[in-house]
Amino acid sequence: MSQDPIIALRGVKKRFGALEVLRGIDLTVDQGVSSVVMGGSGSGKSVLIKHIVGLLKPDAGQVWVKGKRVDTLEGDALDEVRLSIGYLFQSGALFDSMSVFENLEFFLERHTRFSKAEREERIMEHLSMVGLPEKRDHRPAELSGGQKKRIALARALVLEPDIILYDEPTTGLDPVSVRSVSELIVRLREDLGVTSVAITHDLLCAEIIADEVHFLFEGRVLASGTLEDVRHAQEPALREFFGST
Amino acid sequence: MALSPVQEFFADFGELCRYMGRFFARFWRRPFEGRELLRQMDEVGSKSFLLTSVTGLAIGVVLAMQSRGTLVRFGAEAVLPSMLALSVIKEIGPVITSLVLAGRLGAGMAAEIGSMRVTEQIDALEVAALKPFHFLIVTRTLACMIMFPILTMWTDSVALIGGYAESYLASGMDYRIFISTAFETIRISDVIVDTGKTSVFGFLVGMVSCYLGFTVRGGTREVGRAAMRAVVGASLLILLTDVVIVRLSIMIFGDVGT
Ligand SMILES: Nc1ncnc2c1ncn2[C@@H]1O[C@H](COP(=O)(O)OP(=O)(O)OP(=O)(O)O)[C@@H](O)[C@H]1O
Ligand SMILES: [Mg+2]
Repeated sequence: MSQDPIIALRGVKKRFGALEVLRGIDLTVDQGVSSVVMGGSGSGKSVLIKHIVGLLKPDAGQVWVKGKRVDTLEGDALDEVRLSIGYLFQSGALFDSMSVFENLEFFLERHTRFSKAEREERIMEHLSMVGLPEKRDHRPAELSGGQKKRIALARALVLEPDIILYDEPTTGLDPVSVRSVSELIVRLREDLGVTSVAITHDLLCAEIIADEVHFLFEGRVLASGTLEDVRHAQEPALREFFGST
Repeated sequence: MALSPVQEFFADFGELCRYMGRFFARFWRRPFEGRELLRQMDEVGSKSFLLTSVTGLAIGVVLAMQSRGTLVRFGAEAVLPSMLALSVIKEIGPVITSLVLAGRLGAGMAAEIGSMRVTEQIDALEVAALKPFHFLIVTRTLACMIMFPILTMWTDSVALIGGYAESYLASGMDYRIFISTAFETIRISDVIVDTGKTSVFGFLVGMVSCYLGFTVRGGTREVGRAAMRAVVGASLLILLTDVVIVRLSIMIFGDVGT
């Protein structure tokens, strides 16, 4: 190995009551790689990436991020790792008591020493990146589903983290936005060397962003490789998944 | 593995105590969230101002009307102001205000935090190292601890004004006589202890409501349930704690008139 992977899950198991969601996940992501996780609805994709930020703790196995055991860290030490990770929630999870601008400003206010003007500049730059600068003073409740997703994306990026986890970045977007968001993700990797894990069902998005694909099935990684490899594998579960999309 | 309601109650109570411990371990540490604290105090005050005014007025007028008959029969109408002040300031004002606020604020706080939980907003705070316990729970609980005594003093004042208005209409009592007799028997320690104890009630309302909201699992139905349980739980805790505080304060400061 030339270098240690920046994210590594080793034998991760997770169950909720009687439901075994993850049954031993082994997955590594190297520095600067854009990795995509695919799999049917309810196959545990969101549960998997929540382990990477320590939102869920595994029942067994280890989770490593930048050489630290995230699953055993707590408090300030965990927060330190989290600060280098941007997380786009599947539901957006915008703070609905704040305006769009305040949603982004909150992150900057707490974690940077920026002046008011610098914050404003950074926020407007990120809102423009997702194509919604005119929504700055709107409340999340006044946005459409796809707009919420894009604002949430801007918020996940505003601290310019070096690892980004995207939970379905393009769901609910029209084809034009799918393409522009996917291209944004590629740009982040190329220009800033960001490492990312993206969950997506969207083949167009996966085609644009994926360096490597991991396919989740019955709590394990059934196949890993390039999108082409995984797509044309002979496993029945894969054929069914890609046949139907 | 569903828990019976009794088991659930004790599990919740234990967990609530842990949250209270965490509150005391953390509220004096960074980040202080001063702006959010002010915002929450403003919320508490503006949401409850009218409610506490009406409550106070009703308490004062009703107490005066009901006591007058009895007192007149014993020829003791002159002690009405002092009796009124004693019962309002020592017991009825603090407890009724806190119960009314528990209903007004407890449900709201539990529902707000609960829906932040189910829409992953709390997870989003957590992942961005924004310390949701501080931002959501510490601020709201402190806001209640500060605002409950203030609103109680307001309720007490309105109740006494209401009581005076009733006396004036019923017997044309002069306000100077009313004021001087009202504050004859009340001691400053009574005012401080009995108003101050609402800070404890505020703490209970804040902690119970935020705890129940914070720990919501599932969907919107659970949010509604948390709101309901917040009101019931906070109200019961207020009444039980009041018994303890009254007992203690009698031990320490002695009873009125002794
Ligand atoms: N906190 C939780 N408590 C109990 N069960 C959970 C929890 N989180 C997820 N699950 C269950 O784990 C399973 C996997 O959920 P997950 O959200 O990871 O699916 P997913 O692969 O992201 O699906 P989708 O594509 O629909 O988002 C589901 O059956 C879900 O009900
Ligand atoms: Mg999901």
